[in-house]
Amino acid sequence: MSNATSTTVLPISASKLRIERADRLLLGIDELSVTGDCTAIIGPNGAGKSLLIKTLAGLQAADSGEVRWAGAAPQHTDRRRVGLLLQRPVLLRRSALANITYALRAAGVQASQAKEQAMAALTTAGLEALAASPAKVLSGGEQQRLALARALALSPEVLFLDEPTASVDPISTQSIELMLKSATEHGCTTVLVSHDLGQVRRLAQHVILMVKGGIVERSPVGRFFEQPQSAEGRAYLAGDLLL
Amino acid sequence: MQSFTQSLHEAVRLVAAFDGDLREIILLSLQVSGMALAVAALIGLPLGAFLAMSQFRFRQVILTIVTALMGLPPVVVGLVVYLLLSNNGALGPLQLLYTPTAMVIAQTILIIPIITALTAQTIEQLHHEYKDQLSLLGLSNSARIKTLLWEGRFDLATALLAGFGRSIAEVGAVIIVGGNINHVTRVMTTTIALETSKGNLSLALGLGLILIAISLTVNALLMLLRNYARRAANE
Repeated sequence: MSNATSTTVLPISASKLRIERADRLLLGIDELSVTGDCTAIIGPNGAGKSLLIKTLAGLQAADSGEVRWAGAAPQHTDRRRVGLLLQRPVLLRRSALANITYALRAAGVQASQAKEQAMAALTTAGLEALAASPAKVLSGGEQQRLALARALALSPEVLFLDEPTASVDPISTQSIELMLKSATEHGCTTVLVSHDLGQVRRLAQHVILMVKGGIVERSPVGRFFEQPQSAEGRAYLAGDLLL
Repeated sequence: MQSFTQSLHEAVRLVAAFDGDLREIILLSLQVSGMALAVAALIGLPLGAFLAMSQFRFRQVILTIVTALMGLPPVVVGLVVYLLLSNNGALGPLQLLYTPTAMVIAQTILIIPIITALTAQTIEQLHHEYKDQLSLLGLSNSARIKTLLWEGRFDLATALLAGFGRSIAEVGAVIIVGGNINHVTRVMTTTIALETSKGNLSLALGLGLILIAISLTVNALLMLLRNYARRAANE
């Protein structure tokens, strides 16, 4: 909407990323680049999926290695081009509408336009009837939809999502998936951490499988489900525990 | 020596009459403590938020000191401000001693630690909840402080109330820097002290009743407002 003049943050890449805590490797990524479409990051709990997207989104500093946005170190001025939907939505103690207008105003949108755009975003999320409701009284699914509507209202070039539907009712899950599909179709690159393989099939074009902080397989979604290239991929799809 | 019931009876009569002198004393009390609260809030709220959000080396030390200063003895604050404002003091040329302004200064100093420490507690929790989201929105530090203060508005109201309660009820600081001059710096607490020492217990008791009534009213109003606002706009 308002970002036409400035440069892009794509590709978002990482090289030699390492994060260790108490001598345990939490994240060890040699090379990774995210350029477009929807990429799903899957893997067992504790594999470093959330940590990876937080690091790529610039929220978490790595012990060593670097993250680059469009080939350069992440700039504060590009902050709003990269969105991240946290697993538990963080909403302000204000109305649903005010949560989105707040974000738009923070991004420099004029007050009059912000309200209009916020209302449009709420409508897309199917929450227009709840515009005046306090955000904190909405159901878990509604809160997540609101958080997604807020993230998308800022027209990010890249949106990271940390299990957006992990604790959400089916109707909200469907609504969230539709919003994500539409965002991807409109050119927003999405990177989705998910445990729901059905969702991965529905939304993603690429799959990254992480185990113990590292990437063990990166494949197009069709090939991953038909012919996983790694032993871990085959085990994961077979429902085995990746210890 | 009057009996307690007699004094109480007389006190109620005095309060009911609500004459000009009484009105003046009550009004000055509210003005001085209200002004001290406003100034202390302007300093304490952002300072508390800043301390809660920042990561510098002596942060914890400063927070501990500020928290300890919540129990600052009013007479000591009064004495320090007295020394500063007296003719030989650093601020002597301002000629503020024995004025309501001096009383505002003393009470402000007294309650800044209360507001700062309670604000820091509230904002620390909120900051933990919101810091990632606020980073994602690319907010500057001052914008973060503003946002978190607004998010914590219901709890911060209690912090302000605690500050107001402390300042309207204290006597040690205002009596030293104000001097308890009739029609100039005489407030409820200093009048109570004076009238009690003169043996005029009914007036002292009457003012005591009013002081308690003001505290109760302010508290009750705030609780009502807080609950109403919470329900209407919140959680």
